[in-house]
Amino acid sequence: MSRRTALRPYLLVVPALLLTCGILYPFGLGLYYTLFDFSASKPRPDMVGLHNYATVFTEDAFWNSAWVTVLYAVGAAGVETVLGVSVALLLHRSSLLGRVLEKILILPLMIAPVIAAIMWKLMLQPSVGVVNHLLKPFGLGGVQWTDTPTGALLSSIAVDVWVYTPFVAILALAGLRSLPASPFEAAAVDGAGRWYTFRRLTLPMLWPYVLVAVIFRFMDSLKVFDIIYALTEGGPGDSTVVLQIRAYLEAIRFQRYSFGISYTIVLWAVVYLAAMVLVRYLGRIQRKAAEAR
Amino acid sequence: MDRHVHDRRRFLTLAGSLAAATATAPLLSACGTGFGGNDADKDGGSAADDVTGSFGWKREKGKTVKALLNKHPYTDALIADLKSFTEKTGIEVQYDVFPEDNYFDKLTVDLSSGRASYDVFMLGAYMVWQYGPPGWLEDLGPWMRNSAATGAEWDQADFFPNLLRADQWSLKAGAPLGQGGQYALPWGWETNVVAYNTEVFRKLGLKPADSFDELRELAGAIKKRAPGAGYDGMYGIAVRGSRSWATIHPGFMTMYARNGLRDFTVTDGKLTPAMNTPEAVAFTEDWAQMVKQGGPPSWTSYSWYQCSSDLGAKKAGMLFDADTAAYFQAVKGASPASGKIAFHPGPKGPDGSLATNMWIWSLGMNARSRRKSASWLFLQWATGKEHLRRAALTGDHIDPVRRSISQDAAYKDKMGHLPGFIETFETVVDQTKIQFTPQAQFFDATTSWAAALQEIYGGAGARSVLDKLADGLKSRVG
Repeated sequence: MSRRTALRPYLLVVPALLLTCGILYPFGLGLYYTLFDFSASKPRPDMVGLHNYATVFTEDAFWNSAWVTVLYAVGAAGVETVLGVSVALLLHRSSLLGRVLEKILILPLMIAPVIAAIMWKLMLQPSVGVVNHLLKPFGLGGVQWTDTPTGALLSSIAVDVWVYTPFVAILALAGLRSLPASPFEAAAVDGAGRWYTFRRLTLPMLWPYVLVAVIFRFMDSLKVFDIIYALTEGGPGDSTVVLQIRAYLEAIRFQRYSFGISYTIVLWAVVYLAAMVLVRYLGRIQRKAAEAR
Repeated sequence: MDRHVHDRRRFLTLAGSLAAATATAPLLSACGTGFGGNDADKDGGSAADDVTGSFGWKREKGKTVKALLNKHPYTDALIADLKSFTEKTGIEVQYDVFPEDNYFDKLTVDLSSGRASYDVFMLGAYMVWQYGPPGWLEDLGPWMRNSAATGAEWDQADFFPNLLRADQWSLKAGAPLGQGGQYALPWGWETNVVAYNTEVFRKLGLKPADSFDELRELAGAIKKRAPGAGYDGMYGIAVRGSRSWATIHPGFMTMYARNGLRDFTVTDGKLTPAMNTPEAVAFTEDWAQMVKQGGPPSWTSYSWYQCSSDLGAKKAGMLFDADTAAYFQAVKGASPASGKIAFHPGPKGPDGSLATNMWIWSLGMNARSRRKSASWLFLQWATGKEHLRRAALTGDHIDPVRRSISQDAAYKDKMGHLPGFIETFETVVDQTKIQFTPQAQFFDATTSWAAALQEIYGGAGARSVLDKLADGLKSRVG
């Protein structure tokens, strides 16, 4: 084996190694900073151990943010999954309309989420927004979409759903198109109904693909920032202050660096654990699906 | 098959870990440059002491100064005049302009990183409280006092004293402004007053309010009656409401101060939140009530921009905000309401007080700048009579920081066509100052205050919300 050939595997791994260092270095540094009381008013900080984490977990603000984050992630990922799979099932039937809609479907994905949020903020504006204008004939023209805590959270979820449902739909559609034809042909010969076929064949075989979409959307929604910040800035009150917004305010706006990073580390742990659980579940589902085939 | 599943699982686990790590990376890396303590001026001396001899504009010829600027009409006037600075000094100015939404984050991150990317920048007095204590701002006092560095024509005494004092602080929480270092120079400012649509007022037979109770009634009356008078969808008063520090400082803080109320009380250097005194609770309730009865729909998302454009679009009968926010709608051809906007000092407090909170656009110098002498020449020129007069007359740099410009006949002639502008300016100028208590946690306190105001507007009890606010701030501020 020539020296060049022997070196090749190591050279190939260098970009990945650099990328990993690029991620791990700030992460490790951030973790280290959380052990200090580093802030703009204390640029020469003292070591405080786990005090920042203790403060985070005893703050009402943290539990409020954690609750809002979970509500948002479950709501957004849940609705996107149901809608995305439904849209994929509709598009799976090959028709001209389906092919046209397929192309249109990906348009929201091409818009930066923050732009989408600003666009929706204008559209949801009670007096000049197009949404209330369209609802006026139905006697619903005066809705103040983001002025109440529930309205603000639902509006934020709605924007997330608008942006990311196509992502779920595209993954589900790819899954549908990769399913083997023979079980469906056999079911048709046996006279199985549409609902029965969907429940017993399509969904179990499609589930691993759907779960991949759910994992990505759920993890993304847990660390949402742009959509909510552009739409509500976390208000009214603290009703839409998710963990990422809290971390941003603490670390950047209020310049309590260590404390803000502690929030991001906690968020990281939450996302990591959620991802781990979901990936394990996905593994089980994939094995089952493979056995069913 | 099993192997295939195993690989995919490993891939997804890795992808999950990376996604989670990436979630934290931006914030971490923003702070990832060491503890960032300021080593500059450790010996207590000032670079101003190095400037000796006689003053000359050409002293730093050939140098380049880097400026960070916020997108603003004042900035436009400055940029338009930069050529004259370069001609006068031989110094080039390179600048970056950012929109206000991102500007302060950019500046904060840049200063906290400990780099000297920018020599000079725009900032407000509140930012002095945040950037001053960590040592990021150059004390300009020694530069101002050094006759070798500062030309006689700069004329410090010409500044409105309350504006110069707004950027002076001892860096001690709760200590009054006007003492200690001069951490920025007043360059442009805004006073908070009431602007109103004269056409609507005339049609409805209304006159500007002289008390807060009258203002609340007026706002409600306009919302009720204006649509019937041909102003479809018009509401009474535009005031800010977004969950931001910027909601508290214009109309709200002005009226709060006119009522004799304080944000904090200071005893032996210790700050105690005072937003929950019985008088403050009553005022806050009344303010929220005014917004409910006569304010904009979707108030909780209102920034200065929406307030200003609603006045211009004839959606709002009045605006209680910066005079500039109304000015840019009032000038000829700027909006459907232009030519119909008048200015008024706004309601007086119960004791006749016209105490007004101000926003002051100041210019500051990076304590880590390597071109301090050239930067000081730039600051001196930008806040000097010559440029500011030109900016006021040929640009939109209204609200002069210098008395001589406010008294200039050409300036008065330019602003004279706006009903009540000059009179209002002259009435409130001496009573306009920073009404907040200086302290480094200003942004935390006022953002939380805005969130509390939103909760009260949403129907929560003012007493309990403000008690909770004060309780939370007690441990964080001081």
